[in-house]
Amino acid sequence: MLEMRNVSKRYRTSTVETRALAELNLSVEEGEFVAIVGPSGSGKTTFLNVAGLLESFDGGSYDLDGEDVSQLNDKQRSQVRNQKIGFIFQNFNLIPDLNIFDNVDIPLRYQRVPSWKRSELVESALDTVGLKGRMKHLPGQLSGGQQQRVAIARALVGSPRLLLADEPTGNLDSNTANGVFDLLLELHNAGSTILMVTHEESMASHASRSVQIRDGILRAN
Amino acid sequence: MLGYDSFLASKAIRQHPILSFLMALAIALGIGTFMTIMTISYSIGKNPLPQKNDFLYRVQLDAGNPDRQSNDPRSRPDQLTYTDATALMRSTAAWRQTAMFGVQGVVRPVREALHPFEVSGRAVYSDFFEMFDAPFKYGGTWSTSSDENGEQVVVLSSSTNDRLFGDQNSVGEHISLNDELYRIVGVLDKWDLVPRIYDLSFSPPEETFLPFSTAVELEFRRVGSTNCWQPSPPGRDGFLASECVWIQFWAELEDSSKRDTYLSFLDSYAMEQKQFGRFQRPLNNAIHTIDEWIDYSREEDGGLTIFAIIALLFFIVCLINTVGLLLAKFLSRTRELAIHRALGASRRALFWRFLVEAGCIGFAGGLLGLAFTWLGLVGIRVLLRGQDGALHLTQLDPLLTAVTILLGIVASILTALYPAWRGSRDTPGVLLKGL
Ligand SMILES: Nc1ncnc2c1ncn2[C@@H]1O[C@H](COP(=O)(O)OP(=O)(O)O)[C@@H](O)[C@H]1O
Ligand SMILES: [Mg+2]
Repeated sequence: MLEMRNVSKRYRTSTVETRALAELNLSVEEGEFVAIVGPSGSGKTTFLNVAGLLESFDGGSYDLDGEDVSQLNDKQRSQVRNQKIGFIFQNFNLIPDLNIFDNVDIPLRYQRVPSWKRSELVESALDTVGLKGRMKHLPGQLSGGQQQRVAIARALVGSPRLLLADEPTGNLDSNTANGVFDLLLELHNAGSTILMVTHEESMASHASRSVQIRDGILRAN
Repeated sequence: MLGYDSFLASKAIRQHPILSFLMALAIALGIGTFMTIMTISYSIGKNPLPQKNDFLYRVQLDAGNPDRQSNDPRSRPDQLTYTDATALMRSTAAWRQTAMFGVQGVVRPVREALHPFEVSGRAVYSDFFEMFDAPFKYGGTWSTSSDENGEQVVVLSSSTNDRLFGDQNSVGEHISLNDELYRIVGVLDKWDLVPRIYDLSFSPPEETFLPFSTAVELEFRRVGSTNCWQPSPPGRDGFLASECVWIQFWAELEDSSKRDTYLSFLDSYAMEQKQFGRFQRPLNNAIHTIDEWIDYSREEDGGLTIFAIIALLFFIVCLINTVGLLLAKFLSRTRELAIHRALGASRRALFWRFLVEAGCIGFAGGLLGLAFTWLGLVGIRVLLRGQDGALHLTQLDPLLTAVTILLGIVASILTALYPAWRGSRDTPGVLLKGL
């Protein structure tokens, strides 16, 4: 499903060069739920961004779903993101002036799904996260937990092969966090492949396996 | 994607209504100023007889002062001497032709209730009406024998006929012009010839038309310029034989292929005249189509061009302002854009979306600019109040309206190119990480 070999990434600013990822090797099978843990600044988000083709990397090889994605141009990368990857962010990243329906609709728009089918898919995705009744609300009118559920619906709606979640419960109180995490577990049980960055030991322990990042270096736990 | 692009564009525009309005306003001000000037410039240069352009020619003969220093070909006089105008009229080199000059006369109405009044007039040959597509309501032009014999016949404008005969068919009636009786042979219909290309004035066509030879014979008061490079001998006959130029001359050819033939006819006429001691300058004759004549005559007044340049510069300043506003607008949305990128929008898709949004603003700017243009033209009309052609010069026609709106869209898209490129350039990961 996902195969990274010796992937490395550096950030260069005018004053410093940061090694964000070093010789990273990781292979994820279809249907796995992999937790990524590590201290702040260790390169977790960078790793997830590289895995999700939001950022490029400097060296190494990366196959996603059997396809070498290191040489794709911007349009092709956008297409892969759109069709194969669902993102869940720590701060939800909903677009504040689009209502819930329109937020979840975004990936389908780029997939050029016809309108009648879009509303069907959006409604069923919102149904999955239990928010079908809030389609006309704006994100600001929902609680944090509800917003993250909307974000999960948006990540799911295009039926991606891989879900990438960056501290999805980091901004939520523990009760709500557990609810959101349970939702991810349900998705995993239903067959989704998930890569999740987390601080919570308890959550990492529920995953199929967990890996650690320290100074950009990945280690199995 | 265009549907989605416009959906999001309308959201974005409504999200920042004041900023969007300011942008449309900046574009509109620029367009309004520019189009006001361009409308006037366009109306001045507009050929009211495009269908005649390949056939009608204004004639210039350089019978000027041999001592004149300037070798500029444009230094040739616009008008002809009486000697040359009548000599050309006697030739058959052109299909139709007319010499002409403006006159003024006094009409003494037969009906006692009316007071005598002044009328404008033009002394022409019988071909004049066909040449300039003058529409007749009653009757027609006079015969060539009227030209030859200096008969007292007249063609009235429709308003003069209304005034004297109340819209009756007056052909065959007589009017008293400068205390002589003239037989009415024709009455024109309403005739909008602006600019009045035969003498490039913005006044409406004259109120009366009479044979050239009659006007000369009866010594009508002339209207228009007279230029002499040597003093005219005394008396009417002296003036007619002088080198003074005061007559406009137009020739109509069967088609534009005859143009060179006609010009060489003029040159050979000039060569012939050299034998009589006239035309002492190098050959410098010319003929101009209506379009060419409008351009030729306009080159002398640079004022409008300077206004146009200033208006264009102002327009550009407005557009540069818009670039700044758009840049601020697009860059303030980086997070939203990064989300779209993460969910599948390519850089190019976002670039197009920006252009669609700018195009919508530009369309609004174009509409608003149209309103400003209209206001500007009304303002100028007020300033020019009472002057001939003011109304005509400040008229927005459908073409100019379309150009104005299109200009808004094109200008806004041009101004959006850099901001759109800049706004769609960032790597989404970096943006989402920081936030
Ligand atoms: N865009 C960037 N430019 C420069 N340095 C960066 C950038 N993004 C991340 N870094 C650096 O790379 C390292 C890893 O960052 P990140 O992946 O965000 O860590 P984590 O998510 O584990 O907290 C940090 O030292 C961070 O400062
Ligand atoms: Mg992070």
